[in-house]
Amino acid sequence: MSPGGAAALAAAVRSGERSARSVVEEALQNVGATDAEVHAFVHVMGDEALKEADAVDAAVAAGRDPGPLAGVPVALKDNLCVRGVPTTCSSRILEGWRPPYDATVVERLRAAGAVAVGKTNMDEFAMGSSTENSSTGPTRNPADLSRVPGGSSGGSAAAVAAGMAPLALGSDTGGSIRQPAALCGVVGMKPTYGAVSRYGLVAFASSLDQIGPFGATVADAALLYDAVCGHDPCDSTSLSEVPRGSGGLDQGVEGLRVGFCTDLVDGASDDVVRRVREAANALAGAGAKVEEVAVPELRFGLSAYYLIAPAEASSNLARYDGVRYGLRVGAADVTAMNTATRTAGFGDEVKRRIMLGTYALSAGYYDAYYGQAQRVRTVVIEAFARAYAHFDVLLGATTPTTAFPIGERVDDPMAMYASDLFTVCSNLAGHPAVSVPFGTGDDGLPVGVQVLAPALGEELLFRVAAAVETGAP
Amino acid sequence: MSGGEPGALGRDDVAHVAHLARLSLTDEELDRYTGQLAQVLAHAADVAALDLSGVEPTAHPLPVVNVLRPDVPRPGLERAEVLAAAPEVEDDRFKVPRIVGEAP
Repeated sequence: MSPGGAAALAAAVRSGERSARSVVEEALQNVGATDAEVHAFVHVMGDEALKEADAVDAAVAAGRDPGPLAGVPVALKDNLCVRGVPTTCSSRILEGWRPPYDATVVERLRAAGAVAVGKTNMDEFAMGSSTENSSTGPTRNPADLSRVPGGSSGGSAAAVAAGMAPLALGSDTGGSIRQPAALCGVVGMKPTYGAVSRYGLVAFASSLDQIGPFGATVADAALLYDAVCGHDPCDSTSLSEVPRGSGGLDQGVEGLRVGFCTDLVDGASDDVVRRVREAANALAGAGAKVEEVAVPELRFGLSAYYLIAPAEASSNLARYDGVRYGLRVGAADVTAMNTATRTAGFGDEVKRRIMLGTYALSAGYYDAYYGQAQRVRTVVIEAFARAYAHFDVLLGATTPTTAFPIGERVDDPMAMYASDLFTVCSNLAGHPAVSVPFGTGDDGLPVGVQVLAPALGEELLFRVAAAVETGAP
Repeated sequence: MSGGEPGALGRDDVAHVAHLARLSLTDEELDRYTGQLAQVLAHAADVAALDLSGVEPTAHPLPVVNVLRPDVPRPGLERAEVLAAAPEVEDDRFKVPRIVGEAP
């Protein structure tokens, strides 16, 4: 969209060289020209976006600084609330719902001068790894329209990959930002748990969910992260001190200790592993000390995740009862109405996870499943801590394979869940991690390399990610 | 739902959790979900089988407890805007179908 990325775009708007209106009009035109085949957006905020762009231009004309993202179009995953704008989580049960308030990240974007241009498609309630579980149909991967874009934030990843928006926000509960970023060939980052306010993010699994940025480059993703991070009294899980992320982008990796994590490539296809090795070599060539490290406890992460996330989802999604908002299917009494509403309003995958979670929490099974998964969570956190005693960051694959064909895994939950093998552990531990595009696989489709850091290691994470980006083919 | 043996999920268990979760399933769905959920739980058997008796469970990854703020009144959401989103409203209240049965 712009050779200098989001920062250059904002600089042009702040200096008056370009109007925010012209930038936003161009983005809306790109959406109009491209989105019929990609289907990244479920709702385009045309009028609202132009109005906000005019407000940015008015600020510039009046000599006020509109902020570091002045006039930059941003796409929002459809689980982020914007007051008065439809927010559906790609679910029939929220069709037509217009939130009565803005998410904190939406307020922060506006304060930074950014312009929200639309809501992006997702797996229903963020449950999925392909953006096929959507009430409005699948999003297609801009690199190959017969393939999935990954998920659950597939619309946001595809919007950036196709140049429809330079920046996008998504949410990541088990990899839902990093996995689609890898499959679409863009940068996607999951922040430390508590670094970005979740006020106004529709909840999926509350001990795992985080909002994070997509960008075409590491610098763009860091810029967006800086604009939305920080404490928020409206979110009691938000941390009081949150360092910014972009401070070290040009500092290089000389002397940093990078752990090539064998358990974060074990199970990946050969072409993906080869790219991760090339990324490790690139970091070594830039002066980092790269060594192999095994963290075998991470292999239990996927099973633990697929007990914890559904358990929390079954509780969070109890609120969709046909009483206060969203769909209601009428029936003679309230229990029958609840049941009819939820049966008609939820898709297959959401029902699957609600039932799995209800089972994992039910009497007689609670300790064997949910309790045990919570203990595995401790094991994963301690294993990371041992690794970070020797390494500043860890390196691995983001996904086991490149983008798979639409329809291939929809009826095979375990095959779909396996897409999250390398990403879930960062959520279990609450650590930040980022996926950086690194060439293509044997099929010519994008490959993502994942960098992981300890809690609140965002600056280090973006710094290493920038070096990976520089070394990419 | 009396047994506690992991992995022994059957059709009756799925029917029971569907009822608890207020979901109505057809016979075909019941069969399909039973197979799929059993498959996921079988994969979780590796975790269920670990001896972690000395390990404390982690509920969330934050070192934060009892977050408080000053007890100062703040404006809430606009009532009209909230009620406008409801499927059915009467006298500024959410309206629902009958909750209890007819008096005997």
